[in-house]
Amino acid sequence: MQAHALEHEHGHGAPSGLMRWVTTTNHKDIGTLYLWFAAVMFLLAGSMAMAIRAELFQPGLQLVSPDFFNQLTTLHGLIMVFGVIMPAMTGFANWQVPLMIGAPDMAFPRMNNWSFWILPAAAILLVISLFLPGGAAAAGWTLYPPLFIQGGISYDLTIFAIHILGASSIMGSLNIITTILNMRAPGMTLMKMPLFVWTWLITAFLLIAVMPVLAGAVTMLLTDRNFDTHFFNAAGGGDPVLFQHVFWFFGHPEVYILILPAFGIVSQIIPTFARKPLFGYASMVYATASIAILSFLVWAHHMFTVGMPAVGQLYFMYATMLIAVPTGVKVFNWVATMWRGSLTFETPMLFAIAFVALFTIGGFTGLVLAMAPVDIQLHDTYYVVAHFHYVLVSGALFAIYAGVYYWLPKWTGHMYNETLGKWHFWLSMISFNVLFFPQHFLGLAGMPRRIPDYAVQFTEFNMISSIGGFVFGASQILMLIVVLQCIRGGRKAEAKPWEGAQGLEWTVPSPAPYHTFETPPVVK
Amino acid sequence: MGLRRALPVVLAAACASLAAAAWADYQINFPPPKSSLAYAINDLHILIMWVCVGIFIVVFGTMFYAIWKHRKSVGHQAAQFHESTTVEIIWTAIPFLILIGMAWPATRLILEQKDTSNPDVTIKVTGYQWKWEYDYLQDGVKFMSVLATPREQIENKAPKGPNYLLEVDEPMVVPVGKKVRLLLTANDVIHAWWVPALGVKQDTIPGFIRDAWFTATEPGTYRGQCAELCGKDHGFMPIVVEVKSEADYAAWLADKKAKVAAAAADAGKVFSKEELMARGATVYNANCASCHMPDGKGLPGVFPAITGSKVATGAKAGHIGIVLAGKPGSAMPAFGPQLNDADIAAVVTYQRNGLGNSTGDLVQPAEIKALRK
Repeated sequence: MQAHALEHEHGHGAPSGLMRWVTTTNHKDIGTLYLWFAAVMFLLAGSMAMAIRAELFQPGLQLVSPDFFNQLTTLHGLIMVFGVIMPAMTGFANWQVPLMIGAPDMAFPRMNNWSFWILPAAAILLVISLFLPGGAAAAGWTLYPPLFIQGGISYDLTIFAIHILGASSIMGSLNIITTILNMRAPGMTLMKMPLFVWTWLITAFLLIAVMPVLAGAVTMLLTDRNFDTHFFNAAGGGDPVLFQHVFWFFGHPEVYILILPAFGIVSQIIPTFARKPLFGYASMVYATASIAILSFLVWAHHMFTVGMPAVGQLYFMYATMLIAVPTGVKVFNWVATMWRGSLTFETPMLFAIAFVALFTIGGFTGLVLAMAPVDIQLHDTYYVVAHFHYVLVSGALFAIYAGVYYWLPKWTGHMYNETLGKWHFWLSMISFNVLFFPQHFLGLAGMPRRIPDYAVQFTEFNMISSIGGFVFGASQILMLIVVLQCIRGGRKAEAKPWEGAQGLEWTVPSPAPYHTFETPPVVK
Repeated sequence: MGLRRALPVVLAAACASLAAAAWADYQINFPPPKSSLAYAINDLHILIMWVCVGIFIVVFGTMFYAIWKHRKSVGHQAAQFHESTTVEIIWTAIPFLILIGMAWPATRLILEQKDTSNPDVTIKVTGYQWKWEYDYLQDGVKFMSVLATPREQIENKAPKGPNYLLEVDEPMVVPVGKKVRLLLTANDVIHAWWVPALGVKQDTIPGFIRDAWFTATEPGTYRGQCAELCGKDHGFMPIVVEVKSEADYAAWLADKKAKVAAAAADAGKVFSKEELMARGATVYNANCASCHMPDGKGLPGVFPAITGSKVATGAKAGHIGIVLAGKPGSAMPAFGPQLNDADIAAVVTYQRNGLGNSTGDLVQPAEIKALRK
């Protein structure tokens, strides 16, 4: 509150210069920082993916050594999850949650500043680990011991980076929960909140529940590596599989941490461009909560091949299959929202529709993988790689794109270039499928994941996949161009640039002033 | 059933002949199943896949119909309905019922997969970085199985063979139609033993023993790979299983036993330098070269060099000790339990007199025997 008082003395505009960004406590500035951080990390981890696909273009070792290949897959995974999708979603939360609930800012503005500014430190740790003796961590983003125990100093840096990322997420989540529960405009009851706010509220609870679990798991790795503990060493009475249980107790809710805010974004966009209210609002809220609760009960479906007893396999299979029910409800509701609407297809809507269809493909392959006996064949193959890229790229990432195009006019005050936006969509959508659809076939045919070289019968689909990959990678530069253009100029955006848009964020001018809702609006 | 089972075989034969000519292979499903489990997994997968395809067509048929017909550009006016408890209940209940229909066959198959009782043959499988060991517990036969693809093919200096990266020096051999139970463990990190055509994938976990089983339905050679990231050469530790008729299997086993007896005789022998160096080079390339590199230069910062190293140019006993016992806390495994005395004597001699080193001393099997605890 003191920060606010200070800013009031200096007037209402944004301070200028670099220190504006370092010291800012403004939710919009911090949202912008999160989104740019995610964009930079996306280019970094994306270029790693390009190197991976280049190496896999043909059988044989051409560009990178097997050890460096493992470093690339490890960092690609860690950075995309913790450095791209999560910060981008937090960026949306910072920008949109206060605007959507009619709050002047986040509940803890100074902590908000910190929860962003420790992120670059974690990113730097991960990046410098590449240049240390032995290179970066190469044990996969899942960090499984005993392999993880074998590595050098960069493995310890990776652990610290994860600690920092976790601390950042926990602080961000505390902020979001407090803001949503305490700072809603008068009249905005919980069941009147926009769905994006609901999904983030639930996501934030998930984060607070599981990030400490991950911190515990990696701390045990740290002490196993450096202080002769034996949590995961059978020779000392430990169990390597224990790590997997703890990791996936974090890891499965983490999957929903990445996707629930995406559900929220899409649930804002589809009604706007269907010009029709969201179908089944209450059931959407209940479905989101059910998914969140179930996510704590299914972790060992990532471990069907570790050799669990039959009852364990059965329980985790049944519980996992159950998630298809609330997820199905969400998909049906989105389709019902579009049904008999008055649809237009601007770029945000295109990405949202692609999200619904392609995420559902990822959901179906998830159902196939949930069948424990089939998973025995598919576990750790390219089928799994295809599955989680369908949910995380055409799921989470496409929703982020949809959200950026949707709210960009509000953020910048300009309309983006619709033609370029559509080009970005179609190129991304087609090349994404060329990139990842053949990977289902590779997995079924028997190609394991995380290998730098492969048997000759996998050549054709790998080539197709790599070509798709290069086009997909290049297409994302287009997005960068659209955003930069939009920031610098373009057609002036109205307060409500989308005909069918509903919600408080469209009642403030575009671009949204530095301070909004200093007097709370009243929601009927 | 006859036609259904014959078809994949015919297709596989067609694919194999094509693959030999070119790399033309667009396989889009599991490899043809060759065990009772693999057949069952195949059938279950196909069932689930078609259910998913069916649901996808219904749901997205509806969505694309709306996209086509309910566009603003064709003048469609938006309806304003947004709730229906009945509809919500229906589309919660129907998926639930479909799931129960899927769970039933899956449950039966899990129980079958987990039933490792009454095996005919039991083989202990141990994963090492980066090779497999097969131990026929009932017959006293034990051997390592290492990638046989030459380095030149991997480095693109020679054309790749049809079984590139899926070939080993000594395959695991099992009899057809017999229930084979595998006891799986690992020596260093977690690996996973996987042969798609046999429908078996099981993580091998250091310090623990897991089991799995299969009954192969026809003789042949079936290939797979390690499926759990296990370090640098994870992509280079294939699994090859040869399924033989019972008579051929018995002949193979007898031949193996004779070799075990011959190897025992080697332990007392005194070898010449040429014999030790030649045998040592083979042992080195199979066991040491993946980390210390074929030229002995190692990988700076990750794996130490042999060339000029203090260990390989210092006292013999220290060198032999590290090879026998490994280096705890590093990726260097204990080769004592893996290799016989003659092999260790040969490889130590090779490391001391090859790879740019020249200590001039020879190591004989008797010295290894003396240093074994």
